[in-house]
Amino acid sequence: MKRLIALPFKKSLEIAFQSIRVRFFRSLVTTMSLVLAVAFLCYMRASNDLAQAVLATGDIDAIQVLVKAGYDIVPGAESIATSAKQRWIVTLSLLVCIVGIINAQLMSVTERFREIGTMKCLGALDRFVVRLFVLEALMQGLAGSLTGAVLGVIGATLSSSLDLGVLVFSSFPWPAIALTVIISVVVGTSLSLLGVIYPAIIAARMQPVEAMRQEQ
Amino acid sequence: MAEKIIVRVSGVTKNFDLGKIVVEVLKGIDLEIEEGKYLSIMGPSGSGKSTLFNMIGGLDKPTSGKVFIDEVDIAQLDAYELAWLRCRKIGYIFQTFNLIPVMTALENVTLPMTFAGMSNDDAIEQGMGLLKQVGLDGRHAHKPTELSGGQQQRVAVARALANSPAIVLADEPTGNLDLKTGEDIIDLLKELSSERKVTVISATHDYKMLNVSDQVIWIRDGRVEKIQDRDELEIRTGGLE
Repeated sequence: MKRLIALPFKKSLEIAFQSIRVRFFRSLVTTMSLVLAVAFLCYMRASNDLAQAVLATGDIDAIQVLVKAGYDIVPGAESIATSAKQRWIVTLSLLVCIVGIINAQLMSVTERFREIGTMKCLGALDRFVVRLFVLEALMQGLAGSLTGAVLGVIGATLSSSLDLGVLVFSSFPWPAIALTVIISVVVGTSLSLLGVIYPAIIAARMQPVEAMRQEQ
Repeated sequence: MAEKIIVRVSGVTKNFDLGKIVVEVLKGIDLEIEEGKYLSIMGPSGSGKSTLFNMIGGLDKPTSGKVFIDEVDIAQLDAYELAWLRCRKIGYIFQTFNLIPVMTALENVTLPMTFAGMSNDDAIEQGMGLLKQVGLDGRHAHKPTELSGGQQQRVAVARALANSPAIVLADEPTGNLDLKTGEDIIDLLKELSSERKVTVISATHDYKMLNVSDQVIWIRDGRVEKIQDRDELEIRTGGLE
């Protein structure tokens, strides 16, 4: 007899999606820190993209406006670099975000001890459990970082248009903004996946008896 | 008639290491369980019946001794084979029902079938059949929180039977139910076991269970105190009433 234990990918997706939907509030909290961090990252990059586009028009008035808005522009320079301080703040916010994700996912594992134990009693392999958690994190990561990226771009456009005026719209750098959004989504999703690895391994390694012994 | 032995427990001991002291919970248990029997493991709390139950179900490993299911030593199985055993050979029923809260009754029943590689349509069809058999017709779309305790346990019974296992292990299946509902569950188990020729092993201290058991194993202080067959029992329970 073929000794086969399987969990089709489609079914895993369904289960993971259902888990998120049912625990919507908990998922929202987990995702919120990601949304904020990604929005911040995206805001920084997008503001820079916009300023750069204004600079690229080469208009003297435009450069005046940039200088007035507080950008350091060396005469003759063709690009505006993000300052070291900005990069630090973004890195820090991403770090805080990943710690938050690990924390929230550990909580979620503890909450679901019994559920995981039951699944293992029904014949689930360790890797099914890991797969479910990773899929959940992937969905949360994608949704969270997309939301964050959109918020970041909108925020950056609004605040830049306040500083630099209508110039921002006439020279709106679509390709650069798109790249920024892609980078932010990739970074956000990776953070979400990175944050779930340790909790997922804890969940998968758990013996069913231990899980059953937990108080509900 | 020589019946096939489905579970064999030989010289099983289990110690729990609590750091400073080591507690001997099982002190050498030998058992042979025949196929198709309805069997109760009785004993006061702390006697080690749940521990024995976990050993038989492959949920825990004995400190020494061996557990054979269908003449296979389960200590020799790797994680993959153990998962297969839990999925196909054994159905579990718990005191606390342990349904998966985010899934509907039907999804709870079909999950083990999915693990066993059954196609979605077949699983739904069979799952509906099982739910009907346990008397939950039309309740398949309800979440566990929308069902009463007795109904949840019925779902758990259906789930335990999902892959037509050889053995159903029930750990205090009536422990969280009132008298009447508990009786219903016991009757249901008995009915299904005789209908499907499944070996039912339940750890319990519910005396209602005695009436339907083919065999009762009394555990006291980590040892088998006595094993009684049905005919010996009825005199005793008759005497009690």
